[in-house]
Parts: sequence; C-alpha cells; structure tokens
Amino acid sequence: MILPNEKLDIKTILSNLENYTPRRHHWTWRKPFPNLHLGSYEYQDTSEPLKNSVPPMGAKAFGFIDPQPREVITTEIASGRFEDDIRRMRMAAWHGADHIMVIRTAGQSHFDGLIEGTPQGIGGVPITRKQIRATRKALDIIEDEVGRPINFHSYVSGVAGPEIAVMYAEEGVNGAHQDPQYNVLYRNINMIRSFVDAAESKRIMAGAQMLQIDGAHNANATAKEAWKVMPELLVQHAINCAFSVNVGMEKTNIALSTVPPTASPAPDLKVNLPYAVALRDFFTGFRMRAQMNTKYMESSTREATVTHVLNMMISKLTSADIQSTITPDEGRNVPWHMYNIEACDTARQALIGMDGMTDLVTVRKDGYMRTKVREIKERAILFLEEMLATGGYFQAVEKGFFIDSGIFPERIGDGISRKINGGVGANTVFERDWDYFAPVPSHFGNNNIAQYGIAKNQNPAMVIGGSTFEDRRKIQYIDELDPIDNVETRLAENKRYENGNLIRPEVQWQGDGIVVVDLTLPTSGQIAMAAALEIGKRMNLKDVEVIHKEILHPSEGTRIQIKGEIDFDIDIATLTVPQIPVVLSDAEITAFVKDHPIKIVAATVGEDEHSVGLREIIDIKHGGIEQYGITCNYLGTSVPVDKLVDAAIETNADAILLSTIISHDDIHYKNMKKINEYAIEKGIRDRIIIIAGGTQVTPEIAVMQGVDAGFGRGTKGVQVATFLVNQLRGRAKK
Amino acid sequence: MNQQNVRSDDFELRSVHLHDLSDEQLKARFWELTEQTVKPLVDLARTHTTPSIERSVLLRMGFSSIEAKTIVEKVIDHQLMGKGAGNVVFIRAKLDNINIRTAGLKLIAEDGWDRVIAHFGGKS
Repeated sequence: MILPNEKLDIKTILSNLENYTPRRHHWTWRKPFPNLHLGSYEYQDTSEPLKNSVPPMGAKAFGFIDPQPREVITTEIASGRFEDDIRRMRMAAWHGADHIMVIRTAGQSHFDGLIEGTPQGIGGVPITRKQIRATRKALDIIEDEVGRPINFHSYVSGVAGPEIAVMYAEEGVNGAHQDPQYNVLYRNINMIRSFVDAAESKRIMAGAQMLQIDGAHNANATAKEAWKVMPELLVQHAINCAFSVNVGMEKTNIALSTVPPTASPAPDLKVNLPYAVALRDFFTGFRMRAQMNTKYMESSTREATVTHVLNMMISKLTSADIQSTITPDEGRNVPWHMYNIEACDTARQALIGMDGMTDLVTVRKDGYMRTKVREIKERAILFLEEMLATGGYFQAVEKGFFIDSGIFPERIGDGISRKINGGVGANTVFERDWDYFAPVPSHFGNNNIAQYGIAKNQNPAMVIGGSTFEDRRKIQYIDELDPIDNVETRLAENKRYENGNLIRPEVQWQGDGIVVVDLTLPTSGQIAMAAALEIGKRMNLKDVEVIHKEILHPSEGTRIQIKGEIDFDIDIATLTVPQIPVVLSDAEITAFVKDHPIKIVAATVGEDEHSVGLREIIDIKHGGIEQYGITCNYLGTSVPVDKLVDAAIETNADAILLSTIISHDDIHYKNMKKINEYAIEKGIRDRIIIIAGGTQVTPEIAVMQGVDAGFGRGTKGVQVATFLVNQLRGRAKK
Repeated sequence: MNQQNVRSDDFELRSVHLHDLSDEQLKARFWELTEQTVKPLVDLARTHTTPSIERSVLLRMGFSSIEAKTIVEKVIDHQLMGKGAGNVVFIRAKLDNINIRTAGLKLIAEDGWDRVIAHFGGKS
C-alpha cells in the first residue's frame, strides 16, 4: 500500500508487466450512501466516503468533510505520455474522480491494427497493451489508496475496433466509447465496415461487462448551431442503443453521452432542460453519462466553469449516472494537470451543493415544458420517418441528414455527407460462407459451430483448448517495437528528477517547465498581447504564447495570460522550508488554562478594518482560542498601537494579539516595531507576550521587528494558544 | 451546401399525424422506427466479417497483433475470409494434429495453405 507521502514508482509499475493480471473487467458504480451524516449535515444523494482525499478548500470551515456525490465522476486525460498521466490520475482520484478516460493519440482511428509499445502521442496516448497494462496497474495502487474502485476507460473506434475491444477485455479496461456513427461522421471510416465491426466490438464489450458510452455528443460539438441538432441527437442515441441491444449488450451497460446542447448567453435552462427531459423520457433503462457543453468554450476557464455548473444543474434536476467533467482549459490547451483537478473539484462542489435537489424543487410537466418536450420528441420521430423513407441509415448519411444545422425537419443543407462505398476501409467487408467459423467466445453473428460438434450453449473455444478470455497465459505480450520512441528513453531524459531532489514546474509532463503569467495591462487588446509577449521574453521565458485575452475595457485594460517555459531546476536542498508548527492537544491547552488563567487583548492596528482573520483566531465559533478558556478582550479595528498597550496594562493582560492585513509600504512591520517600542517605554515589555498576525506576515521578519511571534496566512487558533502556553510555561520556569 | 437538402421548418404541418398520440404511444413509435432502422444494420453484421473482426478472433486464439495481421492478410490473399481466419488456423491445426499456435506460425511461414484451401473445397 502506497503512503500519501510516497510518489508512484514508475519503475515498479513497469517491472514484471508481462505477468500482470487485472483485478476485474466490469464497470463499477459508486455505492450509494443516503442519509450520510458528516459534520453537522445530513446528505441524501451521496455515496460511500473515501479513505483518502483532498477535501474542497471551503471544507476547512466544516471540519474538513468531503462528502462524495452519488454520480461517478469522469476525468479525461490526454497528455500523450502515460507515465505522466498516471501521476495526474492519482491527483484526480484524490479529488473525487473514479472514471479515468484516456484520450487516444491523434490518428489512431485510422491505424489498421493494434499499436504496441509506449510511443509518445499527440493529444493523447497511443493505446497499446503495454500502456493499458501499466496504467491499469497504477490505478490498482491508486484505488487502494483512495478506497474506491476506479473505472478505466478509452475508445473502441476506428478501423481496429474489435481488436481493441479484445485487448481491453483482456486487460481490465472497464468502459469504452463505442459508436459506429462516430467513425462514419467524424472519421470518414466506411459506414458498412464501421457497423459490421461495431457489432463484434459491442459483443466483446458485453462479454466483459464493460460500460459502453456512445458518441452522440460530438454532433453537438460539431454542428454550427449546436442546439438545433436536438432531434438528431435523440436519433443518434437511439441507433447506437438499439444496435447495441440487438447484438447482445445489456441496457444497464449502455450509457448515453448526453450533452446540454446550448450554453449561456443563450437561455441555457430553457433550451437544455426540456431536451434533457425528452431524452430521459424516451431512454428509460439506459444509463446517462452527462457530458458537458464544449461547443461554446473559449479561453476563459471561468466562463467554461460556469457553463459546466449550469450543466450539472440539469444533471441534478433530471438524472445522471456519470457526471463527466471537461477541463476548463480545453478551449486553449490540451488539458493540464491542474485543470483536470479543477474540473473534478467543480463537479464535486456543485453536485454536493445541490444535494437533495429533487426534494426541493420539481421540474414542471405542464406549460412551456410540456410543449417543448413534446416538440423535441416529435421532431426526432419525423427524422426517423424520413430516414426510413429515404431507404435507411446508410442512404440518409449519404444524403447529408446528419449534423445539419437546421432543427429537423428544417434543413440548412450543410450536413456531413459520406458515400456508402467510400471512406477509409471501404470494400473490406466480406460475406460469411455457410461454414464460417470462429472458435472464440463473445463473437457476434453467424458462426457454424455445429459442424465441429459444439452445442449452442457451449464456448466455441472448447475445440482449441480455450481462448485468452479463459486462459490469459495465451495472450502474446509485446513489450516495445520502437527502440527510441518509448518510455525508457523518456525516463532516461528525465533521470535527474527521479529522486525528487530537483524540481521544475510542469503542466503536463515531468520537467516541461511551463508556467503561466497573469497580466493586467492598461491598454487595448492588440497592444496588450504584443506587450505581454515582450514581458514574457524579458522574464526569460522561452516560447512565449498568449493563451488568454479578456477585454476589461476597450482602452482601460486587458487581461492577458501567457505561457512560457523556464529552463532551470530548483534543488530542494538549497531551500529554506518552514517547519510545520507543532501544536499541543486541545485537552492539554484547556488543562493549562484552567490552572493558569490567560487574559489577552486583541485588535487590528493602524488604519486596518480587516478583522476576519483575528476573529478566527479568537472566536470560539471559529475554533479560536476562546474555546480553551482564554479570556479575550477584543478592542475592534483600526486601533492605535498605544491604545492597545494601554488596554493591556489596564486589564493586566498576559498577551497582546495584533492583526495587520494591510502591508502597503511595510506598514504591518512598522506597526510591530512601534508596539514593541511603546511596550518597552511603558515598562511592561518583559512581562507581556506580543503576537502579530496577518496574511502578509512572515514569522521570521515579524520577530525581527521585536514581537515575540508572527503568524502568517492559514494560522489556526490552536497554534496561537500553543505558543501562549509554551511561553507562559517557559516564563514560569524562569 | 446542397440546395436539394434545404427545407424551411415545416414541423407544424409535418407532425400533424403525431399530435393525437399519447406520450406512451409516441415513445413506442420512436423505438419501433429505430428498430426498423437498425434491423438491416444488424443483419449485415450477422452475415459479414472484416479484417479487424478476424484479427480479433486470432488475438483471442492466442496470437499477437503482429501475427494476427499477417495471417489475416494471407487469408484475404487466399480468398478464405468467408470461412473465417480462425477457422483456417483451426483446420491447419487439425490437418497435422498440431496445436493452434504452431498451426498459425506455419501459415505465416507459408506452410500448408494448399491443403487448407483444398479442405475448404478450393477458393470460395
């Protein structure tokens, strides 16, 4: 079992891979845990809590609770190097992801066969047996660590679908995208080939109890006026669902990749909610994988996040078995580590925030909702009617029915048209003879097993002594084919980072050195972009690019984010790392205070109205020092330092707590110096403890000003109380 | 843009025949039409095969991706796809009473195709 302070060891993961056996093949849903009590709350739509996680930041005020939604949460990872992906998977799992989707390298759908080894990919990894096996092995470690099964997922598409499906079934991949329409419409793979292949792929997936997700959401991402494809989306979902059921897949293993078709500034809910209801009315018994709208994503991660939260409101108002997350940077980069984490956090926070939604509000079934829901359904039926009248699915595709930007029956004439006998893999489909035979399980279609004396309920592989599905020792494992483009070469290049003593910032690959700089420039957009590039260069960044531009005002200001590369490492041995404070137990502090009553005076000093931090240190309700029985005399905000010292003398206090948030011109440190000097002048300095706090306070610099202790951002009451108790104990000894 | 495929929204007119259907009937009609749409596709898949399907069969029989690719290419060259690549290897094994892997490797080495073809009654 890996410990939280240990890193994943890629070398151990890569060793003995040829003998690795996956733990399971099937998909796993979260275990519902309704009426979950955490902190002072009761949750309804929750699942079993995790053993290890990073709770949301706001959980600090709630005893660090981390309630987990009932929906499986997806994260999509696409760095192109699986050895970096697995570290990101571990981070994502700690933030609540239990469905890890690995994007394939560009062009793999046109690769006629399996790829082997560990070559680097573009926008994803080349899916190979070795990459899958190593990743699954890492996920075994990660799922043990977080205490929840992690579903591993990739794609069964392209011209090698059935082979990929077999490899997934052998290697414990738990879910996959499989939808022949994706091949046809977006990859221009021959439609006959795609459907014949799909039947076999689906049967193999069904045999392994993998979850299938369709590809309909791509219509929305592709169409020019995305919301208008709503009728077609229902049709695409239906074709893949019905085809899957017909070839032997269980409905409960078929998930619709459903996407809210539009996004604000369109009236999001008015369009998306009736659509979501119509879809769920028609597709009872199937699973819903709620995808997020990507069509209108620009470079603003904030804007994308708002769209995604609205999307999750649709999920909560209707239903979702899987909540997908799109990284908010997808509009500008191939996703980076931190955005995968942000997306998982957005999902967790929003879903938990909307816990119990359907106990609070009901979606109306009359008026506008009724009219719209009905209209979408009828339009979808009209689509099917005309498709059949045209001669069926293939003819409809050839005639450009799909991805037309009209709302059917309206047609704009800009649909994607594919030739029945055209595309990649055309004329590669063969008719089976009467004596066609395949001695394997999970095989779809005519299979003359009777000629070899095999009964219907028997495994055809009995005549060859079993297949790889029964005996995985029969799998032929290929390690590497390319002596240069492989993981060992990449690890050797990054060897200096192996022991963790050298570090360099990264966004997706170890040592990539990429940093983002956020700039607000008091000028117009075009000038700001040029200026930002120049600033990046002068900051010694390499390959500077603008990744985001936001107009604050046409002439007054532009926000720019640039990315660039730094080319130096930090040797952690050269760093001064502050110690994590050692605190006394609550009981020990309380016992001390009982025997030695402590009195303090506190205030924010100078022209400073910020009292939140100080209140947190003091107030019993925030877990402050009052809870230990310390008597606190809070004088308020913007108190002059001399008043504070006078009050300490008057009340015979043991300590002064001063809070200083404003740090302009080092005013916070100047005030510390001043209070020290005034206390000396008043002759009480040797018998009073002076503690200064504030978000911009560096403890060492504070002490240099003459106070006894400084506390910076994130300080808790217990640290201050511990310091007080230790000081008073020390003084008592003297 | 294909002008033949351009049509303004005539939903009101075109959907008249659906207006009297109950929600349940509407749903039934949706799935009935879907079934009609996918039936020929399923039939096509039932009666046909592809190089990828045959390679996937060979993978399950214990061949590597590289071996499977070569065997299927040769099965296509010998016009035996209608029999199934797995069937071809199975018959090759039966002919000499050897195991499946040995049979496949022999076919890769061009050993025994004539007898396999003869077994299946010549080229199909």
